[in-house]
Amino acid sequence: MATLKEVKTKIGAVKKTSQITKAMNMVAAAKLRGAQQKMEDFRPYAGKFAKTMSTLSGSMDSSQFPLMEIREVKTVELVIASTDRGLCGSFNANIFKNADRLIKKYAQEGRKVSIVCIGKKARNYFRKTGMMRKDYVDIMSTFQMFNARAIAQDISANFLAGEADEVHILYGKFMNVAVQRPAQELILPVKPGEATGTDQAGAVSGDYIYEPSTTEIMEVLLPLYMNVVVYHAMLETNASEQAARMTAMDNATRACKDIIHNLTLLYNKARQAGITAELMDIVGGAEALK
Amino acid sequence: MAEKIRLEVVTPKGAVLDKDVDIVTAPGYGGEFGVLANHAPFLSTIKIGTLTYKEGDRAAHLMISGGFCEVSNNKISFLVESAEVGHEIDVDRALRAKERAEKRLAQAQQQQEKLDRTRAEAALQRALARLKVAKGQN
Repeated sequence: MATLKEVKTKIGAVKKTSQITKAMNMVAAAKLRGAQQKMEDFRPYAGKFAKTMSTLSGSMDSSQFPLMEIREVKTVELVIASTDRGLCGSFNANIFKNADRLIKKYAQEGRKVSIVCIGKKARNYFRKTGMMRKDYVDIMSTFQMFNARAIAQDISANFLAGEADEVHILYGKFMNVAVQRPAQELILPVKPGEATGTDQAGAVSGDYIYEPSTTEIMEVLLPLYMNVVVYHAMLETNASEQAARMTAMDNATRACKDIIHNLTLLYNKARQAGITAELMDIVGGAEALK
Repeated sequence: MAEKIRLEVVTPKGAVLDKDVDIVTAPGYGGEFGVLANHAPFLSTIKIGTLTYKEGDRAAHLMISGGFCEVSNNKISFLVESAEVGHEIDVDRALRAKERAEKRLAQAQQQQEKLDRTRAEAALQRALARLKVAKGQN
């Protein structure tokens, strides 16, 4: 039987833990609001961009653009977006599980895999596989478009150099506050029309006046479009991270409450046992004096 | 009043503008262009510069940076990386950015660094466009 003091200390410790998890829960909730707002704000831009891209690409031969060139897939590059910090439940684990499954699949098909990591957690997980080509850490929470641009530029350059024949991005899709799902999207070669978060309100046909030519416009827009796709994945992952952390911390707080409840029972029992034992002693002593 | 055209300006940070206006002028690929109501479908890339629109007699300016614009169904949409109206612009910051960009440009020219130069040029253009818009408003 644990002593009174031990149990009391334990209760204090668990109480403090629950304070921390509760605070983290509230912080995550506040951050989630911000992240969700950013996602909402970005949606019209991404939607319109994708629509224009599909309009444009519908009217021309896509094979003339290096970024849209479909090659035989020998090397697949996976861009894996994860979080920089832990304590968000199984969120990262789910993304990595999805990644591992894909890596295995590609390996069986005899394709090489290279990995680009976004976020510390992905880096730490894939560092030892020897497949990691590049990593970007501590950029998730800044919400800066230029971070996405740097990544997009890097993977385009890699693709154009023939180092990768297909690039996919893996991230945590934000379904709602309770559900985040690992998702996969093809970034390169660019295939407009299957764009992110769009209302496919029918490609607008019609005789557009293009300035400069469609080809030149396409050359400007393709890299921009890549930014959009990467940035979108980052925003989704960020919102998902906060939502996952919120749920995880909520569960932790609840678990703490349970533990405190049980420990309090134990404490009271121990206290009562102590009192009973003392009473017995007194009674025993009094009896002996008679 | 003549017919109006719907103007939309969208950035990654959300919609900046969405209203009916009389005329829009913007820095396109081939130079400044103006769009009135019922313009033919049109698609152009956009350079860093000033977007001007008129509502009646009132003209307003926006600083916009790279992207593209699409005209269709009597609607003109700009998809740009950033768009700022005059009073949002931090003049001091723009001035500092301008100086910095000029310095970098001079440096890059000496060292023949092409990438640095294009970057510095873009930064300078952005700063100048910001200043122009900020001044126009005051």
